[in-house]
Amino acid sequence: MNEYVFLYRGGDRPASPEQGQQWLQKWTAWFKSMAEKGRVVDRGQPLERSGKTVGSDRMVTDGPFAEAKDIIGGYTLIKANDLAEAAELAKGCPILERAGKVEVRPVMKMDM
Amino acid sequence: MIEPVEHLFRQQAGRITATVARVFGIQNLGLAEDVVQEAFCRALEVWPFRGVPRDAAAWLMATAKNCALDALRRERTARRFAPELSEALLSEWTLVPTVEELFSPAQVKDDLLRMMFSCCHPRLAETAQVALILHILCGFSVQEVAAAFVSRHDAMEKRIGRAKKVLATSRKLFDIAAPPDFSARLPAVHRALYLLFNEGYHGASAEAAVHEELCREALRLTTELLQHPLGAVPATHALAALLSVNLARLPGRTDAEGNLLVLAEQDRCRWNRELIESGLKHLELSAAGPEPTAYHIEAAIAVLHTTPQRSQDTDWHTIISLYDALLALAPSPIVALNRAIAIAQIHGPEQGLDAIQGIPDRERLSSYPFYPAALGEFELRRGRVDDAREHFKAALALSRNPAERRFMDRRIRACSDPPSLQSRNFQLEAPSR
Repeated sequence: MNEYVFLYRGGDRPASPEQGQQWLQKWTAWFKSMAEKGRVVDRGQPLERSGKTVGSDRMVTDGPFAEAKDIIGGYTLIKANDLAEAAELAKGCPILERAGKVEVRPVMKMDM
Repeated sequence: MIEPVEHLFRQQAGRITATVARVFGIQNLGLAEDVVQEAFCRALEVWPFRGVPRDAAAWLMATAKNCALDALRRERTARRFAPELSEALLSEWTLVPTVEELFSPAQVKDDLLRMMFSCCHPRLAETAQVALILHILCGFSVQEVAAAFVSRHDAMEKRIGRAKKVLATSRKLFDIAAPPDFSARLPAVHRALYLLFNEGYHGASAEAAVHEELCREALRLTTELLQHPLGAVPATHALAALLSVNLARLPGRTDAEGNLLVLAEQDRCRWNRELIESGLKHLELSAAGPEPTAYHIEAAIAVLHTTPQRSQDTDWHTIISLYDALLALAPSPIVALNRAIAIAQIHGPEQGLDAIQGIPDRERLSSYPFYPAALGEFELRRGRVDDAREHFKAALALSRNPAERRFMDRRIRACSDPPSLQSRNFQLEAPSR
């Protein structure tokens, strides 16, 4: 099995508390279904929407101020047989229902 | 991984909004709502990864407090917050301890009630009060309130917007600490909760889930009212009894296909025993007052429909006398119509028709589908099938939702069917005044 990182981008806010709670339940169910298949390596972490950016000149600036739809809100480390299977798993992510995206990136293998 | 309790977000949204609005001042209700939304979004960002915290409600309140602090720092030069707190909020030295204190359990305890009473502002129409309660205290989005009332989104947005403006210009939240003020506003609060329940019970929404949620919210807020010593009066217990017993019967009101069932057709095993027991307890506690309110009488009628094992054991004589008492206290053509149906139960359809003829303001029933439906039922029972059919057709034309339409359709078909299908006990649900 190989490891993959899911990067969660964008996603609209739910319109009401009730919708929010239902959305949360979907996240829980999705993680659970992946865990039952033995696919979750690290559930990962949520990320703050902005921070600092350090440039090549060592200049520290605020930001990045990406557009909301491009902001990475969190990541998860999973394992799968191949990229296709990883992408298939990502199709269940509730962020897709709220106009968000999941970026699936293979962790680079190192044969040393 | 723990799951938050059902509707936790919705229930906490009301509680937290009430607290933040007290800190910010009612004129900043919009900002308070933004802060609460911020806190909930925070939960949705963090909880999928870290899991739901053990005390999710406390987590949300603490997060809202931090978001409120941020908003206060950001806005304190541009806005005026709660007048009695302005000074303390301006300086960084006093800001944090003041806000900590305002969010402490002792301080937060009465916020929900304070907001509930504020929403029942006399300058607001009753429908606006109910919409506002649903929106602010039950966490319904404008869209969800509009769906519950079967109203257009933009119309509801305007109505809620206007209501909020009235609230904002009232300058401060209702003071529930003053007993005379509390008691003076309490009937309006009872009425709003009663109407909220009725909107769920008889409302035009087609969705069974919506019905149940509105009814549950009305009972939840009534229970909150009972937690306050000034709120725990006989009339509130009577209201709680009425809502509990009616809510208990909600699961039996429709069959598997969503068809509306009359009382005699309902499977009484599907009624919620626990809620019935709780209703009976409240009815007992309601008996302490000097004189019964309309809620007492309605609760007693609801109990008489609920406690018999079989519908044929219903005590119609007592029900009729309770309707008489209710009419004396709160005259309403719908109550009078229900009384006529009860009379027909004992004395036959002719007596029922006479009783309907005797309703003084029965023209006010002209758009109420169960008025022609009752006429149709009585005609059917005395064998005048063609008259009955015409009445049911009129009732069908007035029906407000698919369930009512299907119900009237079935009655029209019964006019062509063998008599066994016709002699149903046609008792409507509890009357809505």
